[in-house]
Order: sequence, then C-alpha cells, then structure tokens
Amino acid sequence: MPLAVSIVTGSNVTIYRQIVEQVCAAVLAGKIADDEPLPSVRALAEELVVNPNTVVRAYSELAREGVIESHPGRGMFVSRRRQIYSSAERRRRMDQAVNSLVAEGFMLGFGADEILEAVAVKTRDNAAAAASAPPASKHPARGGTR
Amino acid sequence: MSGPPTMLAPDLLDTGRWRDRRDAVIDARGLTAYFGKRPVVDQLTMQVPRGSVFAFLGRNGSGKTTTIRMLLGMLPPTRGSATVLGCDCRHLTPEIRARIGYMSESHAVYEWMTVKQSGEFASKFYPRWNQRVFDAIVDHFRLDPRARSGHLSRGERAGLSLAITLAPEPELLILDDPAIGLDPVARRSLLESMVFATRGADRTILFSSHLLDDVERVADYIAVLDRSVLRACGPIDAIRSRVRQFELLFDPQHAPPRDVPAIRGLLHARRSPSTLSLIVAAPDDDTQRAIRALGASTVDETSVGFSDAMMGYLGERGESRSFLDAAAFESAAGSNS
Repeated sequence: MPLAVSIVTGSNVTIYRQIVEQVCAAVLAGKIADDEPLPSVRALAEELVVNPNTVVRAYSELAREGVIESHPGRGMFVSRRRQIYSSAERRRRMDQAVNSLVAEGFMLGFGADEILEAVAVKTRDNAAAAASAPPASKHPARGGTR
Repeated sequence: MSGPPTMLAPDLLDTGRWRDRRDAVIDARGLTAYFGKRPVVDQLTMQVPRGSVFAFLGRNGSGKTTTIRMLLGMLPPTRGSATVLGCDCRHLTPEIRARIGYMSESHAVYEWMTVKQSGEFASKFYPRWNQRVFDAIVDHFRLDPRARSGHLSRGERAGLSLAITLAPEPELLILDDPAIGLDPVARRSLLESMVFATRGADRTILFSSHLLDDVERVADYIAVLDRSVLRACGPIDAIRSRVRQFELLFDPQHAPPRDVPAIRGLLHARRSPSTLSLIVAAPDDDTQRAIRALGASTVDETSVGFSDAMMGYLGERGESRSFLDAAAFESAAGSNS
C-alpha cells in the first residue's frame, strides 16, 4: 500500500513534523511493506508540494530514530530491526493511553471493574484475531524488542 | 497605520543566521532607497544562501518590489550596496544577467503572439534555452500552444511568463509576487512549478508573496519587511520557533487588565471577557515574569502556526478584540428586537 501523507498548512505542527509523525504511524500500523521503498525525497516533495529540504529533514530524523533505513542505491526502507521508541518512551505512551482511557471511562460513569472487563475483552479479541489471521504480514509484533 | 502603541518586537535578524557569505547568491549591505524624503527601503542587510527557496514577505508598500528592482540594477540604491551572483548590482554584466530569471508582478506577455511563438521568440535571447522545460510548464498550466497570449486568463499568463522565465534554466530565479491575482488552481500550478524548479542543482529562488500558506510549504528561508525595515530574516523554522503564544485564562471575578502593559516582544494581543491571548517574539525570562504578573488563573504557552507567527509581524501591532465578544452580540441582538 502506498504511503499516504497529507499536509496541512497554518497548523502549529511544522510540515516536517507532520511527515515524521505520519510515516511513523504508517510504519506502526504495518501499512508500508518491508520490501517496498519509501518515495524518494524528490517524489514526495513534488507530491506534497513542499520544499525538498523539508522531506530530507523528515527522512533523516526518521532514520535517526530507527524507523527507516537507507539501502544505498535502492532508497529508504522501513527498518528491519525497528525499535521505534525507547522503552521509556513506549512506557510513557502506554501510560498516556491508559490515563485517557480510564479518565474517559470514569467520566462516562463506568466503574473500575467494568473498565477492566472492557479492556480484557478487547485484548482477548485482538489476540484471537491476530492468531487466526493468515500470515500476510511479515511484520513482527509491533513494538516488540528484537 | 495608527493603533494602540505597543513596544516594537525585537527583530529576529540573528536567528540561526547563516554565516558563510562566500555562498551568498545575494548579499545586501545597508541597501537603502529614498523616494523624495521618504525611505522606501531602509538599510536592508541580508544574505540569500545558494540553493535556498527564499520568501520575501511584507505588506503592500513595505519595499519588496523596490528591493528587487535595486537587486536587478533597475533602480540605483540611494545608499548601501548589494552583490548578486558576486557582481555589484549597479553594474550587472550581460553574462550575469543571463544567469538570472526575473518575473515581474505584471506577467507581461506579447499579446499578439501565440503561446508557442512567445517561447520561440524568447528562446532567441538565451544560449541555454531548454525547450523541454518550456513545454513542461506550458503543459502544467494546461495552456494551448496555439492560443493567443492576449486572450489568456491571468493565471494562464502567469504560466506562460513562468515558462519563459524558467526555460533558460536560470541559476537565480527572482519572482516578484508571482501568485498575484491567481485563482487557487493556478496558484497550485505555480507552487508545483516552483518545487519542480528546485530540481536545478544549486538553483536559488527568491520570491515575494502574501500567501503565508504557500510560503510555509515551499520556503526554507524568509525575510520580513515591515514599513521599509527588515524585521526578521533567517531559516523559516528557526524564526517560527521563536514566536510563542500565551493563553491566559482569568477567573470571572478577575477580568483581564484593561490595558496590556508593555511586554517586550509583544506582537499581538487578543482579548475576550475571560481570556487574553498574547503572541510574543523571542520571549525570555523577563517576558515570562511580566506575563505571569498579569494575574491570570492559568497561563498556557504554545507554539504558533507559521501564518499566526507572521501575522504578528505583518499585521497591525497592538490589540484586537475577539469577534466572539458576547456583549457585542447581545447588544446587537437587543437593538434588533
């Protein structure tokens, strides 16, 4: 599936940040195949109608963070050994997601047990779906340390 | 140009200044132009780095076109000097001129020629004419090569003008308000053509514009002229990151102060009955203290979008009231009933 990045101007997120975040999200969601190169700097700049240096900057940051890597002569690819976030950062993001989930649950008037139960059901469903799905994706478990 | 007096914001001229002048395609030092007794450009000092897409911002009459005319040797500076491609702008040689592509605000074309003839005519003046570039731009703007130039729309004329400017593959491209009068489709074609033009290795593009969203997309350096004076110059992200917004929320019994005290760097204040929003350039510890002394119950500091940051420099400095001022609406409603 091709990489779909869309840019908005006038936002308080810089264009370079928007590219970084959207590529990160696409990689995390498994939307970019391992063997498919990312668009070249020139191609992405012309597609998004942005300064090519902005794309260069976004790609270098993604490479520094270990999300993508350069295969000389072939282009940029999703990292084979990807560890997108440090373990502290993964923990922080997980806590953030849990915080908002719990806050939302309480705000809607659910009790602690009901929230726990909802999480348990959802987690089981996802695990079952992953186990029964055909092995179309060669991606390792997201976020797993290898 | 009147308005509530506020302190002038600090200029952002040293922001991540790019220092190697040897690689400046344009190097202006104290460039000044007087029309009569009035300075139209006042001591402009700036460098345009090679390979950059450099946007020149400022309101109408701020001196952008006059600066460009001086750089191209069409108007002698009253004081100061500038070099363009290493050559004094007052004595640009034909060889240097051939390396510069210039598109004026007027998008002037020879009205009796067709699009194709316009290209053929212009090509005779340039040893390095690239017909493929000409054809690509003409095609991109969806021009019919057989159409008479005089019958083209404003956007189409801009396309033809741009094709003629880009086909000689200039090392330095100077576009004076190229988007003026263009509809959104032509504007997008123009922007795409500018990104396309950066394919030329080391090509530098200097363009003036009022369209902040377009500038945010394609520029990597900007300069802001305000009433003849350069107020900000440098890499776009460095300048933008130094403009901050403070959102102050006040308790109902403690309304925002009537008059915002002079805060250094304050570009813009916007008020509603219970909030005060301040846009501030390069805030330091003193600024932070001054803002916290206003007595708000909460103060949130955020980054601002590029156009909001620039509005602070381009707009009237001072205060504007929120359109959502409830009292104003209520009294309007009251007078209707």
